[in-house]
Formats: sequence, structure tokens, C-alpha cells
Amino acid sequence: MDAHTYHIYPLGDQALTIQFGDTINEATNKKIMQLFRQLQINPIKGVKDIIPAYASLTICYNCTMAYKANSTAGNFEWMKEQIISHLQSIKEIASNNRFIHIPVCYDFSLAPDLQEISLILGISVEELIEIHCATTYSVFMIGFLPGFPYMASVDERIRINRKATPRTIVPKGSVGIAGEQTGIYPLDSPGGWQLIGQTPLNIFDVSKEIPCLLQPGDTIQFNSISLKEFEQIKNEIN
Amino acid sequence: MSIAILKPGLLTTIQDAGRFGYQHLGINPSGAMDIRCMQVANALVLNKLDEAVIEFFFPAPIIQFNQSTFIALSGADFSAEINGIPIPINHPVFVPTNSVLQFSSKKTKQIGYLSVQGGFELSEWLNSNSTNLKVGAGGYEGRAFIAGDIVGLNIQSIKSISNSICSVLPWKASVEHFYANHALRLIPGNEFNLLNDESKQLFFSSSFKILPQSDRMGYRLSGPYLQLSNPVEMISSAVTRGTIQLLPTGQCIVLMADHQTTGGYPRIAHIISADFSNLAQKGTTDQLYFSETTMELSQKLLHDQEQHLQQLKNACILQLDAYHRH
Repeated sequence: MDAHTYHIYPLGDQALTIQFGDTINEATNKKIMQLFRQLQINPIKGVKDIIPAYASLTICYNCTMAYKANSTAGNFEWMKEQIISHLQSIKEIASNNRFIHIPVCYDFSLAPDLQEISLILGISVEELIEIHCATTYSVFMIGFLPGFPYMASVDERIRINRKATPRTIVPKGSVGIAGEQTGIYPLDSPGGWQLIGQTPLNIFDVSKEIPCLLQPGDTIQFNSISLKEFEQIKNEIN
Repeated sequence: MSIAILKPGLLTTIQDAGRFGYQHLGINPSGAMDIRCMQVANALVLNKLDEAVIEFFFPAPIIQFNQSTFIALSGADFSAEINGIPIPINHPVFVPTNSVLQFSSKKTKQIGYLSVQGGFELSEWLNSNSTNLKVGAGGYEGRAFIAGDIVGLNIQSIKSISNSICSVLPWKASVEHFYANHALRLIPGNEFNLLNDESKQLFFSSSFKILPQSDRMGYRLSGPYLQLSNPVEMISSAVTRGTIQLLPTGQCIVLMADHQTTGGYPRIAHIISADFSNLAQKGTTDQLYFSETTMELSQKLLHDQEQHLQQLKNACILQLDAYHRH
């Protein structure tokens, strides 16, 4: 990979970030996902966490473990070299091929912002739902809350800024949009995204071995369900 | 056998060195706010350094021991008493069956640690016993303690070294060098250069205070109003413990143990790992200053601290051995 396409900087003394850009786009994310998978498959000694984000990948490492091995070169420099050599040999690793359908109920009772957005955007509620469901989204990253997927890109016709004043409680399962992003709240939490529906699925489940339904690199599509179907699925799960 | 929580205190949780390997799923590391004192408490009772301990703030909990055991307290000095007898911190203490540990007043530091020999009987969540309060998992039922909770201990009652009285063993861990009263050292963040020149100067020349609305997620600071040269809209990327973010209000927050894994605010700087404990134990009346350091020095300081802990652990093994022979 061309050295001019990324920038590596320290994130404190036990992490570094490789930045590939400063916008949300598929091509950048593809590079990040490839490096992410490559480092998962071929772990570097001392690495504790690898965190993909929209346009960057962060490596958290145990600085004293590497210190013993490299007391002459600094740890950051050593880790940076490891990363660069991975970047140079980066292979075309197939995507994880996970395509996940997520049922969403867009009933007003579960979508407190839907009617207002439709008025602001001058688009019917039905059309808005249709557009939200027609797009396939990539999970670019997970953050903010355990299991919260940051997904893009929302069709330009239904883009809207986040709310000026965040809500103090957004119910778990709520599906929101913010600019070109769409996401799902895995837990009850405060939140500022515009809420247009709710999924009956558990996005985060403590009792599962991998507690998050979605992972970085997944592709997802929403499908619209009725309130009755929402209740049915919810009952089946719980 | 077990211990019982008679009164829970303000926020009393089980913590260890943190949960790593899941941040790509948004699962934050949690862990002890003051890792060093957690490790000191463990070293004193011959536990592995990262064994889970009880972390507590003031008002502190009241805890009953339903069996005899060795314990150690480290971190904050909240004037501990066992059965009414004052107990010093940073010593191993033999506790007889049916003793009650309580704390009468806040003397120094903010966060206390209690270790018991052999550790607590817990089931790990994602390879760690740290309590993740956000999702309600890990530690003790994924939550802070409430009155009436009973926690099992891994080691059954030990042979009483002195019939049934509480005894403080005569060796002490020194911890004060973790908390030297100097500026907190930091590595500039990727967005430091977005600050305007005046704010860059103010950041290093001013004092900051920790606001009362701080918690295990972050310490909110009050200090000079900092400004960027130009407004910037950032997309989210990873943050870490010790990251100092500039909020839209012009004030800063330092991310602590329960920090989110990603954030979208400018990252002005990162407190070095060797100063995490020092920062964690600062209170709302302390004045904080920041000074820049190098990656090389921060690495050496951290290495020295870890060496110190290993030496302490070895010394404790020898001391207890000698004590038993005696």
C-alpha cells in the first residue's frame, strides 16, 4: 500500500492510530477492514485491541511487553514498523461475507421522529421507509455503546442532521439516522439520532458468547415489518 | 465461605486490570481506576497482581468477613477499622471470622481497594472480572454492590496465625512515588495543533480542577476556555484511557476506566499510562497541571512501575515466609 495514503500517529503511549482519510467512504473502509482482518489472523505480539473506525484503525498494545524486546527502538516506532510491513504486504482478504437482514417496525409508536422528518424533508413516510429499506449498508465501525453499529451510507434524499437536543432515554432497538449514517441503539441510553423505527432483535445480548449481533465489516439491510410482526418476534426472542 | 456487604457505600464494584480484546465491538475495558493500588493490594496478600479486587469510593462500604482471611487495603485512606480497631492501609492484615470492616472518614485520595487472599469467587465475562456497569455484566452480577450481597472467597478459612484477633503484619508497601505532586505528563494528541496559539499556551500554563460531575467514564475539567483555530467536524475514531478531549464548550474531559471506545471530539492530548493512578486519585480541590513528555520517558516510567510491583510481590512472599517461620 502506498505510504502517502495513510498517516500513523500515537494515541497516547499504549496505542497508535493509522488514519486513511477523513471522510466516510467505502474504499477507505475496505482498506481498514483488510488490515483489521490481516492483524486478527496474524497478531502482533503485545496487541490487546484493534479498533476499526470510519477512516482509521487503532491498535492498543501493552507497552511494557514490547519494551523488553525493543529497549533500543521505542515501542511506538517498533509497532509502527510492524504495521507498515503489514500494510506493504496487505493481501486481498475476502470480506467476511456476512449479510444480515434486520426487521424494523416503522410504526409511529416506535418511531418518534418519523412524521416530523417526513414533513421537513418533504417526502412521504412510506417513501422514506422504502428508501431506508432499499439501501444495503456497511457496518463501518462499532462504538459509542457496546454493539452500536455505525452504518452508511444513507440515501441523500433522507439525510437529516441529528437532533439539536439529545434525548435522555432512547429505547433499546431504536433505529436512528444522522446525516449519512444509520444506527441501532443496543441498550436504553441517551442519544441524539433521529428515531425512525425499532427492531425487535437483540443487538446486544450479554448471555451470548459474542454478545454483539453485528460486527465491523458486516453488510446489512433493513426490512419493514408490521407492529404485529414486531410483537411476535419480540415474544419469540424473550 | 464468604464476605457479606452490610452497607454498599457510594459505588462499590469488583474490578481487575480490565477487559481487552473486545473494543472493536464497542465493549469498553472497564477495570480498576487506580491499577497500581489494585496491584499493591494484591501483592500484599500474595495474589497474582491482576486478581479482581473490590473498588470503593467514599462513603465506603461496611463488609463482614464470614471466615478468617488475609486482606489488604490500598489506595485511599478512609480511616479503616476492623471491629473498631484502626487498621492502616498498605499492610497485609489477618482478619478473624465474623470481623466487620468499616471506614470512618475520608483522609487521603479518592478510591480505595480491598484484596482478599486467593481472590473472590466470581465467573468471568469475556475473560475479565471487571464490572461493566453499562451492560450489566462482569464482576458481581454486573452491578455495584447492594446491602445483603454475599461474595464467596476462593480460599477457605486459613489457619489462624494468632488465635482470633485481628493482626496487622509489620511490613508495608510504599506507594507514594506513584502520586508525586508534579504536573501530569502527557503526549500531545493528533488534534493538539488544531488549538489556536493562545489555547496551546494556556493548556500548559494553566491549572485545571476536576468537576464534581466526574465519574468512572471521565473526569470533567474546569480550566481555561480552549479554542480551535478553525471549527472542525470530525468523524468518530478510537479513544483510550487518558485521552483528553476538547468538548464543544471549550472545556476538557479526561477519559477514565469506563470510557467509550470511540469518540468524535478533538483529542488534545493523552495522559501517560504511568500517571493514570496519580490522576485517578486526584479530588475536586486539587490543582492539576500538565507537562509534555516523550514516548521514551513514558515507556521507561511505566516499565519501572511494573518492575517495582514485581519486586514488591517478591518481597511480600519472603516476608510472609519469614513471618511464618518465626
